[in-house]
Amino acid sequence: MGGALNINHLLFLGHGALWTIGLSAIALVGGGSFGFLIALGRVSPSRAVRLLAATYVQLIQGTPLLVIMFLSFFGLAALGLNISPLLAAGASMTIFVAAYLGEIWRGCIEAVPKQQWEAAEGLALSRSQRMVKVILPQAIRLATPPTVGFMVQIVKNTSLASVVGFVELTRSGQIINNSLFEPFIIYSIIAVVYFSLCYPLSRLSRRLERSALQKKPALA
Amino acid sequence: MNAHVNPPSVPPNAPVVALRNVHKSFGSLKVLDGVSFTVGRGEVTVLIGRSGSGKSTALRCIDRFETIDGGEIEVCGRRVDDAGLDVRALRQDVGIVFQSYNLFPHLTIEENITLAPHAVKKVPKAEARALAAKVLAQVGLEEKLHAYPEQLSGGQQQRAAIARSLAMQPKVMLFDEVTSALDPELTGEVLKVIEALAAEGMTMVLVTHEMSFARGIADQVVFMHKGKVHEAGPAGILSSPSTPELAQFVGTGF
Repeated sequence: MGGALNINHLLFLGHGALWTIGLSAIALVGGGSFGFLIALGRVSPSRAVRLLAATYVQLIQGTPLLVIMFLSFFGLAALGLNISPLLAAGASMTIFVAAYLGEIWRGCIEAVPKQQWEAAEGLALSRSQRMVKVILPQAIRLATPPTVGFMVQIVKNTSLASVVGFVELTRSGQIINNSLFEPFIIYSIIAVVYFSLCYPLSRLSRRLERSALQKKPALA
Repeated sequence: MNAHVNPPSVPPNAPVVALRNVHKSFGSLKVLDGVSFTVGRGEVTVLIGRSGSGKSTALRCIDRFETIDGGEIEVCGRRVDDAGLDVRALRQDVGIVFQSYNLFPHLTIEENITLAPHAVKKVPKAEARALAAKVLAQVGLEEKLHAYPEQLSGGQQQRAAIARSLAMQPKVMLFDEVTSALDPELTGEVLKVIEALAAEGMTMVLVTHEMSFARGIADQVVFMHKGKVHEAGPAGILSSPSTPELAQFVGTGF
């Protein structure tokens, strides 16, 4: 048919896999930063800010990532804003991840016992001091396992960037398949690569969760 | 912020804490129904009463953890019921210790203690550490400076929490059932610390169920019943109550 799978094809797939990792990193950093603001917004003392953050979360969680990708690539292009596939994919992932991480982290902030807030208030700490010095350090410990777990979702969801022409792992597989017509072999390879990226992350998440439960005394 | 509204200078004979006809409801439930009492400088006031009698709520109102619906609360010359109150200034004057200790688990005992003096009062780090050593010695925990809260027993954690409050050098200390989560042996070590504070002349308001402790330490006992001060007086009222409700509460009967 279209020749046999050779080392060049594998290198091309490897290149795609690197972009999958790269886009995941962009999504984590971008979505993490924006998501942190969303989480703070969700627990803000201001009703308006809380409402704004909640609306954002509802809106994005109720929209398929695929549609966000289409909107930011084709939609903006139709409005005369031509952005590159990388920018469209990076922005879409950031928007998407922020809504989920923001909600996960809000849960972690709220999981810190109310009494910790009260103790900090009783010591005359300001709201930002209470947040930064008392609540967030405890929330971060709670947040680590679910955040690492969510990274699995991020890695898998980057495959949707293939629809805007961003050549990550899935898209590079499609391109090779277009010339080789060996979908079973090629997509099996791709599945194995995704699995080997995601499995260590989910194992790590499990381990973090267990060690958080054990609460080993930190010896000084 | 509101220094002109809440003058920090107080006439020498003014009470440190004064509640005047305080009313407070949670929804339709009336928890404080015209509560009044005053606490003078260096005095120890013990609030007693059944669960739900309003004693913990009254205590929490003093530190503005609850806002009130009517009446007046004055603490260290500040009107606590004033909507424009500088709450952080109030809380620098008032130390509060809770039933569940509430030490910060991610910080060492030393860091727990130095946090507020450094962050709020801008005490330099080295000075704050010296202060931590001093207050820990006061509660007999000088060797636990670098331990984490979870490495301490309940009694030690509560003593560390008291030390943390003391480091802010409050003018009045509030204790909200601080021994209720402890077994009798550990209760004793915490009560000893509180007795030592009383002996040093600290102004204190305590909510407690330890009647013999209350009898020994109180300058004033306030018995609360159904949101009202039902009976108040010197510690002697615990031995010779004049209302049947207090008599029943302390278990002497009629």
